[in-house]
Amino acid sequence: MCEPSAIGRRRRRDGAFLDRLAGGLVRAMDHALDADDLSRRDGLLQRLDPRVKLTGLLGLIVVAVFVKSLIVLGGLFLVAVALALPSQVGLSRLARQIWLKVLAFTILIALPAIFLVPGTIVARLPILLWPVTLQGVRSAAFLLGRAETAATFALLLILTTPWPHVLKALRVFRAPIVLVAILGMTHRYIFVFLESASRMFEARRSRMVGPLSPRNRRRVATATAGALLDKALHLSTDVQSAMVSRGYRGEVRLIDDFHTTPIDGLALAGFAAIAAAALWLQA
Amino acid sequence: MHIPDGYLSPSTCAVGFAVAAPFWYVALDRVKRLLQTRLVPLLAAVSAFSFVVMMFNLPIPGGTTAHAVGMGVAAIVLGPWAAILAISIALMIQALFFGDGGVTAYGVNCLNMAIIGSLVAYAVYQAIAGRAPIASARRIVAGAIAGYVAINAAALAAGFEFGLQPLLFHDATGAPLYAPYPLSVAIPAMMLAHLTLAGIAEAIITAGIVSYLQRANPSLLQTTAMAANDQEAERERIAAAGGWRGTRPLWIGLGALMAACPLGLLAAGIAWGEWGTDDLQNPEVRQQITQASGNIAPPEHVPAGMERLASLWTAPMPDYAPPFMHDANFGYVMSAIVGAGLIVLIFVALSWLLGRASPSRERSA
Repeated sequence: MCEPSAIGRRRRRDGAFLDRLAGGLVRAMDHALDADDLSRRDGLLQRLDPRVKLTGLLGLIVVAVFVKSLIVLGGLFLVAVALALPSQVGLSRLARQIWLKVLAFTILIALPAIFLVPGTIVARLPILLWPVTLQGVRSAAFLLGRAETAATFALLLILTTPWPHVLKALRVFRAPIVLVAILGMTHRYIFVFLESASRMFEARRSRMVGPLSPRNRRRVATATAGALLDKALHLSTDVQSAMVSRGYRGEVRLIDDFHTTPIDGLALAGFAAIAAAALWLQA
Repeated sequence: MHIPDGYLSPSTCAVGFAVAAPFWYVALDRVKRLLQTRLVPLLAAVSAFSFVVMMFNLPIPGGTTAHAVGMGVAAIVLGPWAAILAISIALMIQALFFGDGGVTAYGVNCLNMAIIGSLVAYAVYQAIAGRAPIASARRIVAGAIAGYVAINAAALAAGFEFGLQPLLFHDATGAPLYAPYPLSVAIPAMMLAHLTLAGIAEAIITAGIVSYLQRANPSLLQTTAMAANDQEAERERIAAAGGWRGTRPLWIGLGALMAACPLGLLAAGIAWGEWGTDDLQNPEVRQQITQASGNIAPPEHVPAGMERLASLWTAPMPDYAPPFMHDANFGYVMSAIVGAGLIVLIFVALSWLLGRASPSRERSA
């Protein structure tokens, strides 16, 4: 039999496991609500037609992936920051939501490249004497620069555009209507399931009177996932019945209520000019 | 596993979209015909489920945690085509809304996780589960192995895509422009993480959900179990029908691909690793090889073993250019026709041999 203190520690650890599972889901919901709130504020990017914004920002992402000059890549990163500030997206938010996350992930891949990519040796690591190559440093800088710049543009799109508008704007790229409809419904269901999963974990936690073994923790997680799948399929049947009862026969129609203004034309020209300048400078 | 923007070159991303597009088209066509009015709500619900499952961190043996993708579960419950669509949609929401996986790398991510993952998971599950009863423990084992193999197949594809980048894309100084590690580093690095942590997480979630559904809602496992039997009936039907009508779309596709063969001539330079002894002696080609190999020059002299083996067989149509054809484009098309014709002949001969063998087996049985 375990000592009380040991049981206490294990209970806390088991509770922490379920807390982490539920906490991750709640954070995802918070992130979405936060983005929705920001997209309705008055800012530079918020004022643009979503189709123009989607085309312009996706174009800049492609250019950021395409350019072969670190200076131009740095310039594009500054453009992203310059677009963020008048759109009420602060630097601390960008750092918290994207820069630090991308840095944490990319540095694991980029850092060893400094030593592993063969080329001209420019320095040696103190003590270990590992060679730092010029090609390795450039390669790491490209990887980090591209990932940060592209992710910043992508985040700006989502933080300044309500999700249903992003989906409708996808029609600019001839995305099938049925895909747009599925994406819209998926987005709504995600929140239903996130809440549902979070409640299931909470319910399980409230019934815990002893520690859970790792095997039982896995069982809780997989049983929750299984129950969620069951619910998902039931929900789809219910929704289908409701749709059919309203006259749905398999054809999806969307109301396209976007209106472009002269400012949108100017913005599109601005995006195109930035992309062209970046490509011209790197050439 | 979710490749972000900037890790792959634009051309690799474009190839990813081009390869994924026919699978999306076929999947949508098949699923639409099958589900009709159920298509939109079912795919939306399962995509949302896949998204949420990707956020579950599972404790795995060894004291650490890892998250699963859920490709095995979707393929086992819905079949491979609906799973391709459901996981592709979940990946799109992750890329656009949560910044998990790049927008430009979306096609490649779908190719790895949604297409390769779902097809491999389904094939492995069907091969192992066979016609076992729905409540059989064999189905749980099949689910675990299907999830494990599927995520590792997807990781292998991702490792291959990463590893190609430094070979194909670098700047004037030789610095890799995208993912910096060659195949010899990228593939082991990807596989190590997936053969251990991620593979086990995928196996646990797939087996756990199959086991849960066996107890709670076995009817959900019936769809693909029945499909396996239907496929066998379909195979028998196709074998019985045969002929031009059944295979017409495939012949038309083959013809179109043959006509498109000269597109290969647009590619500049020489394919990496496909050098002949002449190429290693040609200064211009040697320079190309050096550039494509991260500034590592090929050996000064042709390796003795390569020289010896190169003379063993002389191809009748070297470099897809028959000696009697003066136009390279026609030479390519001619090579495609001859190659495809030879393959068809081999299969006709094999099917004839198998056809002769099978009645005797039936008689002996």
